Amino acid sequence: MADVWRRALLLGTLGMVGVSGVPPLSHAASKVERVVSPGGIEAYLVREPSIPFLSLALHFKGGSAVDPASKEGLAYMVSGLLDEGAGDLDSQAFHTELEDRAIRLSFEATRDAFAGQLKTLTGERERAFELLRLALSEPRFDAEPVERIRHQIQAELRRRAEDPDYVVSRAWFETAFPDHPYGRPVEGTAESVAKITTDDLRQFVRNRLAKDNLVIGVAGDITAAELGPLLDRAFGDLPATSAPVDVAQAKPDAAGATGIVRKDLPQSRVLFGEEGLARHDPDFYAGYVANYILGGGGFGSRLTEEVREKRGLAYSVYSYLYPMDHAPLWIGGLGTGNATVSESIRLVRDEIARMAAGDIGAAALADAKTYLTGSFPLRLTSNDQIASMLVSMQVDDLGIDYLERRNDYIEAVTLDDVRRAAKRLYHPDQLLTVVVGDPQGLQG
Amino acid sequence: MNPHRPKLTAACLGVALALTTGAGNPAQSAVFNPETFTLDNGMQVVVVTNRRAPVVSHHVWYKIGSADSPLGKSGLPHFLEHLMFKGTEHLAPGEFSRIVARNGGNENAFTGPDYTGYFQTIAKDRLELVMRMEADRMANLKLDEQEVRHERSVVLEERSQRVDNDPGARLSEQLTATQYYHHPYRIPVIGWRHEMASYTREDALNFYRTWYAPNNAVLIVAGDIDAAELRPLAEKYYGAIPARPVPARVRVQEPPQEAPREVVLSDPRVQQPYWIRSYLAPSLAAGATEHAYALEVLAEIFGATSTSRLYRSLVIDQKLATSAGGYYRGSSLDLATFRIYASPRPGVTLDQLEAAIDAELERLKQEPITAKEVERATKRLVAEATYAQDSLSTAVRSFGVALATGRTVEDVEAWPERIAAVTAAQVEAAAAHVFRPETSVTGRLLPARELTAATSPLPAAPPESLTGDREIGAEQDPNG
Repeated sequence: MADVWRRALLLGTLGMVGVSGVPPLSHAASKVERVVSPGGIEAYLVREPSIPFLSLALHFKGGSAVDPASKEGLAYMVSGLLDEGAGDLDSQAFHTELEDRAIRLSFEATRDAFAGQLKTLTGERERAFELLRLALSEPRFDAEPVERIRHQIQAELRRRAEDPDYVVSRAWFETAFPDHPYGRPVEGTAESVAKITTDDLRQFVRNRLAKDNLVIGVAGDITAAELGPLLDRAFGDLPATSAPVDVAQAKPDAAGATGIVRKDLPQSRVLFGEEGLARHDPDFYAGYVANYILGGGGFGSRLTEEVREKRGLAYSVYSYLYPMDHAPLWIGGLGTGNATVSESIRLVRDEIARMAAGDIGAAALADAKTYLTGSFPLRLTSNDQIASMLVSMQVDDLGIDYLERRNDYIEAVTLDDVRRAAKRLYHPDQLLTVVVGDPQGLQG
Repeated sequence: MNPHRPKLTAACLGVALALTTGAGNPAQSAVFNPETFTLDNGMQVVVVTNRRAPVVSHHVWYKIGSADSPLGKSGLPHFLEHLMFKGTEHLAPGEFSRIVARNGGNENAFTGPDYTGYFQTIAKDRLELVMRMEADRMANLKLDEQEVRHERSVVLEERSQRVDNDPGARLSEQLTATQYYHHPYRIPVIGWRHEMASYTREDALNFYRTWYAPNNAVLIVAGDIDAAELRPLAEKYYGAIPARPVPARVRVQEPPQEAPREVVLSDPRVQQPYWIRSYLAPSLAAGATEHAYALEVLAEIFGATSTSRLYRSLVIDQKLATSAGGYYRGSSLDLATFRIYASPRPGVTLDQLEAAIDAELERLKQEPITAKEVERATKRLVAEATYAQDSLSTAVRSFGVALATGRTVEDVEAWPERIAAVTAAQVEAAAAHVFRPETSVTGRLLPARELTAATSPLPAAPPESLTGDREIGAEQDPNG
């Protein structure tokens, strides 16, 4: 059996080096529709009638980076309050309706955006879109839920202060962006959250939730003709224009520095990063491939191979591109025992130097391409995933046919491209590194 | 976001999600409509057809988990799970993963108290490749001494990351070990550190040779495939592996608990105190199983949502807590637990919080759950099942868990109708059966040396239970 086995494996392996073996892109690719409601609200739609529900993702440009000074955490707090009472419904009445109709509605804030998700069974969708309208256009901000959510956020901040991953990430961003809103925590601080008033909340809604900075993606059991009027229902009451997003372009500060937050922990958490590539940079896809080779691919990525597989120094070690609107970054991280922090950081730097020096072979590029193209359809197998992809396509201005073209972008990356992108991305001497824990023999 | 609130589904994940998906006939009460067959060597096979995309999710689950750890080798099943990627007679260490990636697939593995699972999600035309490799490592694992040593370091770092770095996870570990005095559910999935340090290559191979046999495994495939297509492949690859005797799972049973227990974890790192209580409870497969479905409904009403009794009373009305809730996971081979948790607002002590929760438990007797409450909850639970069809992995998980914990495919299919049939009287009886102080363990998480004081509000959710998932860290991917 061994020989048959070997041959079959070889076939399986080699078959993917060429493009011919790549599976067809998801059925979703050819079916993205641009829907414009009678009232002029636009959305991308992928219809999927096989299961009687739909997922809607919505995105308003402008997130915690535009929180007023000393009111950090405002966007985050609003995200916790939009479903806490709206229109004639107080908090309990609103939640009771959502629960009894099995409607899921939630909001979130990031540095660059205020986003939301709605999920509803087909039979409840009229009411679901009405509840969404209420949440966006008539939030009540009653005293009880405002105080309750404020307490919850402050408790969450205390809990996260115990979480080394949160601490290291927060310290990294504070160090990298000392004079830029990206350096402030999305969730705010106990003090800033205490200062946020109902007027602040209302002003956020008025300034930030408008038609001109809104992007919508829908996937599920609905036609374009059915969706149009529902878009008007949910979003028609929003003001036409939002306040401008006034955030400066920035580069991470403290290049080459190593910071230590001393804590008595059995394992140190390490975060490292530097300037990355913007989403629209011509080298973005080449950089995406380079990151896969360095630390984006789990097993088989160089960081995992060197730090985990060969030496057993860490359970997790990774890197990713993080192209924020006003400061593209790439970031990586690992967790290792306090005695092995220095060794692990040295290994990371060595691998980064190797990437920067162009030590990337044709086989590594081919492997990266077959994974990145072959696995793309796996990211589009659920309505939730598709709705959120439809939002990204619009936010990043990728074009309505992006799903069909995306793998071509990856395939087009040449060895020269990936080496050039790696040289632009990776500078071992410019890495900002932050460690939380009790690392031995490491100078901060 | 909503770190702020118990999510609608938080408490019913194990059930509602342990329940649906299927070939697109959601109106039916039997949601998955799987096809099943058994290979000649005894390996069970479940197929769930879902043709939305040319993709399949291919799983092999072994009916063996951390509760089956050999004495003195706690967590060994999880360690073996890691080592299963370290090569066979035909594949070098790590080659399995590289081949899956090169073929555009995602893969991983996980360990629970009752099962260990391996999966790949991949284009349908690559299914045969991963079946060949998965069958290979069922029979031909080959371990190099140095690989074993490195991987032992990796799981020790995994323990540091998941448990030792996190006071809440450490409390949860102590709580579970205290709830199960005798039964091996007391063992953490990841293992106790001093025993993990003693793992050897021979320990892993002995465990592998004892338990990894086709007659102790389940093959589950969901996606663009049906049984007629799968059967020849299953026979060719898994069917070629001979059955061999597998010992019975020896699980000592928990003696009756006669006194309430308490664990207090005090740590200078803690800034937000936390209170949790665990009650020993029947599962869907063990103990007074007639209460299991009613307990799922009870958890939904009592503690799963923003309109639950606990949340309304403690968080909204009395303003004692920033979060409060309860949950029940009935899908275990042996006795389960029902857990209640809360996190205090500043200035509220854990004693005050506990008194308020005890008052709510008392109110359950004075003002039992009503028929209307039950109707709301069961309707919602059954409706939520539709959403579960959105993901390929949900059906697989439901069947994997059921078949590894003493239940059947039919039990899974009947879940909505059994939930819908629960009555208020049954919920009342289930609450009376489970909420007995003498079967409880109360856990407190406190800052150092303040064993009675407390300060403020809570973690939005109970500490995650450890799954031992081998996930390799964040692979964030905002674009691409």
